[in-house]
Amino acid sequence: MNDRFAFTIDGVEVQGRPGQTIMQAADEAGIYIPRLCSHKELAPHGSCRVCTVLVNGRPQTACTQPAGPGIIVENSSEALLAIRCNLIEMLFIEGNHFCMFCEKSGNCELQALAYRFGIMAPKYPYLFPTRELDASHPDIFIDRNRCILCGRCVRASRDLDGKNVFQFVGRGPRKRIAVNAKTALADTDAARADKAVSACPVGAILRKRVGYGIPIGQRMYDAAPIGSDIEAARAHPHK
Amino acid sequence: MTKHTAGQRIVIEPVTRVEGHGKVTILLDEHRKVKHARLHIVEFRGFERFIQGRPFWEVPVLVQRLCGICPVSHHLAAAKAMDRIVGGEKLTPTAEKVRRLMHYGQFFQSHALHFFHLVSPDLLFGFDADPAIRNVIGVAKKFPELAVQGVMMRKYGQEIIRITAGKKIHGTGAVPGGVNKNVSIEERDFLRKDLDQMVAWSRAALKLCKDYTVEHLEELAPFGSFDSNHLALVREDGAMDLYHGNLRAIDAAGKKIFDQVDYQNYAEYIAEEVRPWSYMKFPFIKSLGPAKGWYRVGPLARVNVCDCIDTPEAEAARKEFMAVTKGAPNNISMAYHWTRMIELLHSIEKIKELLHDPDLQGEDLVVKGARRSETVGLIEAPRGTLFHHYKVDDNDQVVMANLIVSTTNNNEPMNRAVTKVAEDHLSGVTITEGLLNRIEVAIRAYDPCLSCATHALGAMPLVVELRAHTGELVDRRVQA
Repeated sequence: MNDRFAFTIDGVEVQGRPGQTIMQAADEAGIYIPRLCSHKELAPHGSCRVCTVLVNGRPQTACTQPAGPGIIVENSSEALLAIRCNLIEMLFIEGNHFCMFCEKSGNCELQALAYRFGIMAPKYPYLFPTRELDASHPDIFIDRNRCILCGRCVRASRDLDGKNVFQFVGRGPRKRIAVNAKTALADTDAARADKAVSACPVGAILRKRVGYGIPIGQRMYDAAPIGSDIEAARAHPHK
Repeated sequence: MTKHTAGQRIVIEPVTRVEGHGKVTILLDEHRKVKHARLHIVEFRGFERFIQGRPFWEVPVLVQRLCGICPVSHHLAAAKAMDRIVGGEKLTPTAEKVRRLMHYGQFFQSHALHFFHLVSPDLLFGFDADPAIRNVIGVAKKFPELAVQGVMMRKYGQEIIRITAGKKIHGTGAVPGGVNKNVSIEERDFLRKDLDQMVAWSRAALKLCKDYTVEHLEELAPFGSFDSNHLALVREDGAMDLYHGNLRAIDAAGKKIFDQVDYQNYAEYIAEEVRPWSYMKFPFIKSLGPAKGWYRVGPLARVNVCDCIDTPEAEAARKEFMAVTKGAPNNISMAYHWTRMIELLHSIEKIKELLHDPDLQGEDLVVKGARRSETVGLIEAPRGTLFHHYKVDDNDQVVMANLIVSTTNNNEPMNRAVTKVAEDHLSGVTITEGLLNRIEVAIRAYDPCLSCATHALGAMPLVVELRAHTGELVDRRVQA
């Protein structure tokens, strides 16, 4: 334990270990840093920027930035919250997110973040893009209307499933998730139990025919806001 | 209101205290007599198109967004349709009873809302009372106990929906082949607490409505009335069943046109006509054709069509109601209110029955069987028979949807009611306040949900236009 070092997040002293990112150290300390593209089982990606913190005054993504001795991290200043809200709102308006009938509602990380930040309606105009569905696979449904390009499916398929089913194609506003087949998902070796499916934080990649099975009130974010599990560790450090 | 002394057309817009946005045009002949009146529904939503491509299990949650008043009806009609897609139409006792509880809760809140908030001002203050008083606020001021009852009854129905569907509006309770939750002992006991009060208030509301109708029968009997066919679902033994059954249609004299028709085959019996002046279609019974095949749906039709009601107090009330016409079908438009209150009492009796049924606490929630690709789900919604027809492809995506909502079924009857009122109450070429009120009262008897029927959005105003045979606008009036 001699290699542990101290740094602060919002003035609170936190212990870190060499090789840890700021987010990993914060999680252990029970401090929640909001995130979307980050996933515990996957390598950091740093693409959604929702976990942006100030490290010694400079903006950095907490999921990729290593923790270090003595660094001063700001996680919840007004300015940072405003940046995160803007990022989340932009994710909403650049896709077609209809939470009111989406089966991921209540279990969706994007929706849960919006609720946590009190975003009732985005201030930017909706872009209403035309996005493709892929229902060709017998057990998996892709609704690109809801994709936020976090890349979790790409990393999970490659690193956890060992399959490389998903990949990004296109650039800029044309960037989208494609499947590793000439036509559709049915022509890949994707399977219902793949981590690439369960890793999707939104309702873009879904297991078929199980939607709405969990009643309202028992869904992941019905009782407590996203991040509460991490914060609970701080409130009850001996549990 | 716009007025042209040369004499040619009358417009009433908007129609108030109904759901949706409507406009009435009254056309005169060359002798300035009413030729016909039309209720135009001028909005369009297009749900049937934009659910194409969506996965079938999403449909019960998606289509209920058609409406904020009776979303449960759309939710359950679509769920019943999707039950068949997964081969799970024979629900477990728990699933069927939870759905029925949700449905009766919906009836209870919808009928209470309509009677106490939308209709009671007309009955309590009279059709000609000042519109500034003749509204729910006026009722709350002069009859505070009644207004509170209305609010509390609606709340009770909404609590049932919350417990069975997860939310008071737009829940997720019904899934293809069943439900996603049962009713716990705690939830059941919570609902049982106010049950006796709700039964008592329902009896009182029925009595108020019945007494009013009987007392004013001479005035109400001809008001917006006409003979018509009637259509509703009935149980195999002919009893009223709001959740499930087979189709029965009778004519104005009570003769059966068809009976115990499996609604999967509805398209062999019912067709829809499109008319250029309305987004709302005109359904009719095929064997009679569009001119004679139109029919009424909703509380009046259901009470007329059924042989009996399987709860004692509502059955006694039905017999009392049928005695007015000596057992023959009742074709009085204003009798809708009375029958709506019979159904209110029936719903709370069914709720009471279900809240004492241990099947509500069962754990067996979903069944599945052989897959199908085409399906029809029918249910009796508060406003009448609701048809959902879908085709689903091998990829689980909806490729075709046809919805005939309750108000669409009542399209021709509402037009007839407006025409009748215009014929009886239009004098000269001016839309008087009295005529405007009466047209609204007649439309309101059908409790139309115009937004659902045309798949539209927005607050409900009524425009009435009076037009001459030349097409010239004679008068126009807008009710805000």
